[in-house]
Amino acid sequence: MTTKYTKDHEWVRVEGGVAIVGITAHAAEQLGDVVFVELPAKGKSFAQHAEMAVVESVKAASDVYAPISGEIVEVNQSIVDEPAKVNEDPTGEAWFVKIKPADRSEIDALMDEAAYKQLTEN
Amino acid sequence: MAMNTQGRPTRADDASSGEFKTFTGNRALQIEESLIFEKDAFGDTGVDFPAPAGINRLGAHARVSDICLPGLSEPETMRHFVRLSQKNFAIDMGPFPLGSCTMKHNPRLNEKMARLPGFADAHPLQPQSTVQGALEVIDTLAHWLMEMTGMPAVAMSPKAGAHGELCGMIAIKAALEARGEAETRTRVLAPESAHGTNPATAAQCGFTVDAIPADETGRVDLAALKAKLGPDVAAIMVTNPNTCGLFERDIRAIADAVHEAGGYFYCDGANFNAIAGKVRPGDLGVDAMHINLHKTFSTPHGGGGPGSGPVVLSEALAPFAPVPFVVKEDGGYHLVETRREAKAEGEGEAGGRLTAFHGQMGMFTRALTYMLSHGGDGIRQAAEDAVLNANYILARLKGEMTPAFEGYCMHEALFDDRFLKGTGVETIDFAKAMIDEGYHPMTMYFPLVVHGAMLIEPTESESKQELDQFCDALLSIARRAKAGDAAALKAAPHYAPRRRLDETAAARNPVLRWTPKEPARAAE
Amino acid sequence: MRYLPLSSDDRRDMLAVIGAKSVDELFADVPADALNAKIDLPAHKGELEVERIMGAMAAKNRAAGAGPFFVGAGAYKHHVPATVDHIIQRSEFLTSYTPYQPEIAQGTLQYLFEFQTQVAALTDMEVANASMYDGSTACAEAALMARRVTRRAKVILSGALHPHYAAVTRTNSELLGDKVVSAPIDIEGSEDLASMIDDETACVIVQNPDVFGNLRDLRPLAKAAQAKGALLVVAVTEAVSFGAIASPGEQGADIVVAEGQSIGVGLGFGGPYVGLFATKQKYMRQMPGRLCGETVDAEGKRGFVLTLSTREQHIRRDKATSNICTNSGLCALAFTVHMTLLGEKGLRQMAMLSHEAACKTADALARIPGVKLATKTFFNEFTLRLPSNAADIVEALAAKGVLGGVPGSRLWPHDKAAENLLIVAATECVSDADIEAFAKALKEVL
Repeated sequence: MTTKYTKDHEWVRVEGGVAIVGITAHAAEQLGDVVFVELPAKGKSFAQHAEMAVVESVKAASDVYAPISGEIVEVNQSIVDEPAKVNEDPTGEAWFVKIKPADRSEIDALMDEAAYKQLTEN
Repeated sequence: MAMNTQGRPTRADDASSGEFKTFTGNRALQIEESLIFEKDAFGDTGVDFPAPAGINRLGAHARVSDICLPGLSEPETMRHFVRLSQKNFAIDMGPFPLGSCTMKHNPRLNEKMARLPGFADAHPLQPQSTVQGALEVIDTLAHWLMEMTGMPAVAMSPKAGAHGELCGMIAIKAALEARGEAETRTRVLAPESAHGTNPATAAQCGFTVDAIPADETGRVDLAALKAKLGPDVAAIMVTNPNTCGLFERDIRAIADAVHEAGGYFYCDGANFNAIAGKVRPGDLGVDAMHINLHKTFSTPHGGGGPGSGPVVLSEALAPFAPVPFVVKEDGGYHLVETRREAKAEGEGEAGGRLTAFHGQMGMFTRALTYMLSHGGDGIRQAAEDAVLNANYILARLKGEMTPAFEGYCMHEALFDDRFLKGTGVETIDFAKAMIDEGYHPMTMYFPLVVHGAMLIEPTESESKQELDQFCDALLSIARRAKAGDAAALKAAPHYAPRRRLDETAAARNPVLRWTPKEPARAAE
Repeated sequence: MRYLPLSSDDRRDMLAVIGAKSVDELFADVPADALNAKIDLPAHKGELEVERIMGAMAAKNRAAGAGPFFVGAGAYKHHVPATVDHIIQRSEFLTSYTPYQPEIAQGTLQYLFEFQTQVAALTDMEVANASMYDGSTACAEAALMARRVTRRAKVILSGALHPHYAAVTRTNSELLGDKVVSAPIDIEGSEDLASMIDDETACVIVQNPDVFGNLRDLRPLAKAAQAKGALLVVAVTEAVSFGAIASPGEQGADIVVAEGQSIGVGLGFGGPYVGLFATKQKYMRQMPGRLCGETVDAEGKRGFVLTLSTREQHIRRDKATSNICTNSGLCALAFTVHMTLLGEKGLRQMAMLSHEAACKTADALARIPGVKLATKTFFNEFTLRLPSNAADIVEALAAKGVLGGVPGSRLWPHDKAAENLLIVAATECVSDADIEAFAKALKEVL
């Protein structure tokens, strides 16, 4: 159950064959107070790197990209209702979507925690 | 010898203060004011009309639903809006050094002229024979703008700067269509430091936008630009002087490179006030440039508008100017209002209409009044004074604050937040502290290419004495930050009508209108 | 020069502090041959001389208030109380900027909040923005917004939409490759727009009262649009009509755009005016333009801020909902002040006085041999069929001191069907004597 990362600050964690996706604590901090989240419809499929969701603070709007290709099997309505959760627990309760991976090798190719840490520290 | 028979003390007691809460919440001249909807005036009106005679042929089309809007008596209305006005800062009160926004003095003669009944009370669709003076204003202003920019044509109808950008980019798209290249030239280049309107406008025209990086001097990186040019480039959008307050010293090389690649050069003229009367954009290779009459030519900003954004055009783009436009004929002035008529008049294809009627006439009369007042000589002097004032600020502040770039600036001085490093104070705190000192803050966090940007544009309207006090105040804030006064600065403003407002709450739960707590009383 | 505070001594001293020898040294980045180019413009002038020049030009125009006046078609002469102009000329409103620093801009922000509330109430919609340039550009923005909401690329325009509004919408939508379909000119309000709506349609735009003055029942069209998943955009060029005729909201509009000029702003030869833009709550984030919202400050006091700015160009850049930046703030203030004085009661009175004046005018003119009333049900504007070219008749009327309306050829110069049409508007400013003078003059020139 390792967590993988993208250079666009999404995280991916595979649990029971499904990839859970969210934005990193670093991204949440950089955005500031999150005020709005827009999630894709369940059942929609995305190619890797496609714009999948939107997250906004007062002064910034950011697209969230699909870290891997696949179909959205579940979305987290609770962060749409309470965007503040994204700041409170970005890597836990405030996950964005669950994706059924189309190609597991895409996940393996993502960064591990150490690599991501290095990216954000530079 | 007369004594003080009232026994009235004539000296102020020692004002050992401490917070004192008033009963009303008012603070002397600062009076709290409710919304008009909270004044129990539903069903009333502050206007006296004669009684209607009772003719009503609206039948089933009549509005039966309530409108639920209060009508306040004249004294209540006057007091309401005067109280509101007193919660605003304004140029007429003090320095308003918003970089890129050009808050210069708004002469009241402009207002007086705009209100002459021949201008203010004329209908845009009156017979043209009855509005020859209005058309003469448009034609005269157009002449001044072309002369000052060295450009052969100008489109007068755009309603504001961004609308002018749209006008210019539409002309570019039309010119590409005429060349048969609209399908292939789909990319627009714009510097990272550009106003957000530039990429937004390009996207609105169906172009994709590609950012050009800045070099270490804050100007367009010419080599990077050249690398991005190609047969798919429609245009470049460059602000000059740019948003860092610097003149693009490679401007001609930029124009040449873009032209050589087959693209057009759109210049964002938001900062034309720095060079009006000094330099003609037409001499620099520009194809189109909008001019914000509400910046360079002193028409009031009015709390966010209205503006006016005429666009000067090169020979290549002139045929694609939108309708309507004024032509001078033997018998007087004539307004060409449709594309077909434009073609019949030999004016080329013409561009589509951008707005109803003929543009921001009320701004034209004001801008022309300003130009006539200043004259060609005064406009040049104004540009020089604006640049001088900005450089004076730069020179006086650079000891304590950190200029973003080396060397002189044009009409605005740009600082970054390096001087605040380690103080715990950020750009926003510095800006809010200026409010307590009686100033409007500078533009903050723009341009995006400079960290914690503070962009200060004094304009030519400030006296040296005012600038000296302003600089002393900013220096004192910088010193306070460095001396560890972060807590007080972060709590600023202390003396404004409101303390810092919760923008996060506003965005998370948007309340965009008043709604009654209980159903409002229906109108009588 | 009266607008420049610096003296030559100041300039010299300041250059010394800067360390520059001359002002031109500060312009060193300008190509040398382009600096100080000769510009052939007259020298500065005193107030008196400027007043003479501007006054001479103003005197060449015939002011609407100078005699009988019946011109409308998108701009209307209504009476504006003296209070309005006084308030908008207060320094704190006139010479302030966009309220980016809310602590010292609560005046502007609060009236924008009041403006948004008034616009929402008048149109009967849930939310309204803080103003657009004018009605025509608001109309074009509505089509673009419908495109974002529906992700469709076809716009249907009524044949009785003001031709300027139609043209502006076409200019904007076609830039993005959208298809814009105009119904044929519809003088008597009998077109069937519903049958034109298909599964590709983003929106249908209809004006009410329409440009010829006809009042329309929009409910069937709203239903038809809804059935196909398209939005109904209602354009209103005469804002005073909100005080008399069934609101766009209650008739099922999804977006309402209007020209607010009638309330507070005045004629001003076409601008600046103020565009009203209102919609349903669920489309709020797709709106163009600035929005003002309520919040609290650090002490818990109510205050107002610009909000949902991530829609806008300064943050979203090429993905913004619109490129609009400057709005029409001061005209929105004029609107708000006038509307505050009027209230529902005053607006309804003004609307009915306008309606009455139009009814009386129509009765008087339709009695003239050769003149036919083409509009069955109208608010304060109607269309006449004249026996010959209306533009010539309007000129002849003007020579007699009557500004008698807008000839069809002014708005549809290339359409024979419009040549003999005259669009006539009346407001509370029209007196019985004006109507009499108009009827007499028209009889004489026919």
